[in-house]
Amino acid sequence: MSARETILGRVRAKLPKGPEGARREAVELHMAQHPRNLIPARGQGDIDHRIRVFTEMMLAVGGTVEIIDDINEVPHHVAVYLRDGNLPAVVRRGSDPLLAKLPWHRGGTLEVTEGPAVDADRASISHAFAGVAESGTIVQISGPENPTTLNFLPEAHIVVLESAALFASYEEAWSKLRNSMGEGNMPRTVNMISGPSRTADIEQTIVRPAHGPKNMHVIIVR
Amino acid sequence: MPENSPRVGLFVTCLVDMFRPSVGFAAVKLLEDAGCTVEVPEAQTCCGQPAYNSGDTASARAIALNVIAAFKGYDYVVAPSGSCGGMMVKHYPELFEPGSTDHEEALDLSRRTHELTSFLTRVLKVEKVVAQFPARATYHDSCSGLRELGIRNEPRKLLASVEGVSLREMTDSEVCCGFGGTFCVKYPGISDKMLEKKLRHIEATGADTLIAGDLGCLMNMAGKLKRVGSAIKVRHVAEVLAGDYGTPPIAEAE
Amino acid sequence: MDLGAANFKDNVGKALADDKLQNAMTETGPRFIYKRTKAREALPEFDQLRDQARDIKDHVLDHLDIYLETYEAKVKATGGYVHWAETPDDARAAVLDICRKANARMVTKGKSMISEEIDLNQHLEANGITPVETDLGEYIIQLRNERPSHIIAPAVHLTRDQVEADFRRVHTHLDPKRDLTEIPALVEEARAVLRQKYLTADVGITGANFLIAETGTSIIVTNEGNGDLTQTLPKVHIVLASIEKLVPTLEDATTILRVLARSATGQDFSNYTTFSTGGRRPGDPDGPVEYHVILLDNGRTNVLGTEFQDMLRCIRCGACLNHCPVYNAVGGHAYGWVYPGPIGSVVTPALIGIENAKHLPNASTFCGRCEEVCPMRIPIPKMLRHWREKEFERHLQPTSMRWGLGLWAWMAKRPKLYRKATALAARVLANQAFGKGRLKKVPLASGWTEFRDMPAPQGKTFHQLWKERRS
Repeated sequence: MSARETILGRVRAKLPKGPEGARREAVELHMAQHPRNLIPARGQGDIDHRIRVFTEMMLAVGGTVEIIDDINEVPHHVAVYLRDGNLPAVVRRGSDPLLAKLPWHRGGTLEVTEGPAVDADRASISHAFAGVAESGTIVQISGPENPTTLNFLPEAHIVVLESAALFASYEEAWSKLRNSMGEGNMPRTVNMISGPSRTADIEQTIVRPAHGPKNMHVIIVR
Repeated sequence: MPENSPRVGLFVTCLVDMFRPSVGFAAVKLLEDAGCTVEVPEAQTCCGQPAYNSGDTASARAIALNVIAAFKGYDYVVAPSGSCGGMMVKHYPELFEPGSTDHEEALDLSRRTHELTSFLTRVLKVEKVVAQFPARATYHDSCSGLRELGIRNEPRKLLASVEGVSLREMTDSEVCCGFGGTFCVKYPGISDKMLEKKLRHIEATGADTLIAGDLGCLMNMAGKLKRVGSAIKVRHVAEVLAGDYGTPPIAEAE
Repeated sequence: MDLGAANFKDNVGKALADDKLQNAMTETGPRFIYKRTKAREALPEFDQLRDQARDIKDHVLDHLDIYLETYEAKVKATGGYVHWAETPDDARAAVLDICRKANARMVTKGKSMISEEIDLNQHLEANGITPVETDLGEYIIQLRNERPSHIIAPAVHLTRDQVEADFRRVHTHLDPKRDLTEIPALVEEARAVLRQKYLTADVGITGANFLIAETGTSIIVTNEGNGDLTQTLPKVHIVLASIEKLVPTLEDATTILRVLARSATGQDFSNYTTFSTGGRRPGDPDGPVEYHVILLDNGRTNVLGTEFQDMLRCIRCGACLNHCPVYNAVGGHAYGWVYPGPIGSVVTPALIGIENAKHLPNASTFCGRCEEVCPMRIPIPKMLRHWREKEFERHLQPTSMRWGLGLWAWMAKRPKLYRKATALAARVLANQAFGKGRLKKVPLASGWTEFRDMPAPQGKTFHQLWKERRS
């Protein structure tokens, strides 16, 4: 007998006896309906509230946030952010259409490279799939548009978050994902990111960064 | 005061019975002052916790049945201990098959049983006691009373009404002192490490008196305090509430 | 399997005499507690979320066969591979096989308790493959050839000077003049060394905090980002998981995630929560090409349907360790195996046999703090008591204790005899104290009097006095 059959057999032998059909139906129904459980009130409110809570939470975990009104201003803000951080005026991005069509020339000498990150990259920019106010969390999905390595290899990770995608809770991000990919489907990777990389493994003392980015900068576009 | 005096069976606890009867008499005084008629069933011995916590469920069950029988018919059963109280309130019903007569009786006892300070405040609605006791005191929350019976404010509220008592909170008052019944003799080194931490917190308050509601914890902490030569006096909460400062503190000479 | 758990008493003796360990535990213990308290206070719904988290896992355990099948089918549909492993041997063999097919020479590893449980590193090394732990704490203890002493903070038993000494011993490139006395310098050194490992590893191995049946997804939760670099850069990603990690849906995983970080580190959410589903998709410019999941049983099915089933709700947050006065007195290594602390004392006997872990369920005062803070509301003291029942049934406890308790219980069932015996004992002990109120030594009670005096009885029992005064 295969390990699979042995394990499943043992599980079945130990479980409460009941009509097999009803047990299966219960599971299928639960997965089909994927009901939301209790959602904390903290993030819920209008966009001003969500921006306020998101910003508060992101700052608390060592990230930075700026809020702008015009998406075309992003290149300028990226250039300023890199300059203020003493970083070279080079930023890596994926093929994300929103980022691709930005007027990058407005960033002055800012150089924009495209593709997944490499070890030498100092800064990257991603377009957030979603933001979650309740814990100041950015949701990124993998793919050529925003490669996963952009989130981890460079020293500075800049994220553009449109206010329409800044939700109160994770559950709303899941709804958006289900709408875009279909029920039960996931991208290869979904990264929920709440602030720059850190460790407390030596004497419970928080140090940033550990292995990932040292800085995380979120530009919220109203 | 209630018109019909509630009939209370005092569960003395085995430690109070053998080591410190003054706690039992203090409890009787407090209950009588609050209008109860107190009786002490002779057939009681111990709540059975040592057996229960050692995995000897059969003995625990037999002892529980003995206690249930001894305290049949009382309006209330009161123990000057959150630990024995917790055993009777929370664990007796777990010892018997749901639906059985024994289970029903265990549940009935459980509903009637209370730890002393919580009985006074929650059931009898006692707001204050009339007593004097000179003490700069700190209060240790014994684990079972705190976490099984939710007792925290009750003793503090009553202590605050004693003339002469001032309370100061220690850090980690809700952390175990290292007693744990047979634990403290099976793993004396660990128990002692826990005691050391507890003593540091007690001493840091500057209190001259340590008060708690369980004699096991009190004997453990008093034994250590005296071993290291501390002058801090150790008292059961019932003694303080009853104003019994004539009896020598725990582990101290007459 | 090493059987350090059988040597608990010796381990405790060493731990109590280890000043560095004692300093580390005294410094860090209270920090975890403070942070959790703050996080809990900031979320009014926290306790309700704990109830829901418990209910979700209970539902999964009651339907585990169906969720496992559903999960497996979904992983396969997304191009991943599922390997079922009944024993640690099976799991090790599966991992080695995947590594060999990938011609792997070096593998990076995210933090995984299952890896510890199956002693994977030793097996890989014995087969010519170099495993490199990438979680900072795990990396440090790998350098020291130790087991983690804490579920989420593996090196919590160490101080910075010990870490510096290990780095200087192993990182031979280090300039002796470079200052490594401060923690950020140590972290920076580890970052530089490990970055090169991520980039050159052939296989990345991670654990899984959860497996989602609905989507065939595995979840890892880290703060360092090491797990992500481990699983994203090599061509092959292997996930080590045990069968009870299943949750039904994204929503259910989300609910449990809300209580996980708060209970563990006191964070609202960990820095990196990563959901992985299969390998590289068409057009993906990065990520692993192959995605494998090892599903380990190793005794868990024996626990299902028994009085111990609730332990399978555990999400390995470590809150019970942080709040346990016994754990904080002796540290994690004293427990002698992979899982320390209160939950370790529940899980270890189930996985290696109660006869090999006799002390663990007894080394608790039943203070109840573990149950009070457990996000999954596991009744840990109750489970420990069930293990004591098993020990009692199988006569595994010391004979002296059995006799002592047996005699006491026999007396306790006979009130009249009990009255006489206690009256005698009270009188004898009181006389021995000679009015000093306490005894330095008591026959058969050296466990008590080794560290404390024995308060003397007042002389007569309550029952004697009651009779005298009330009759």
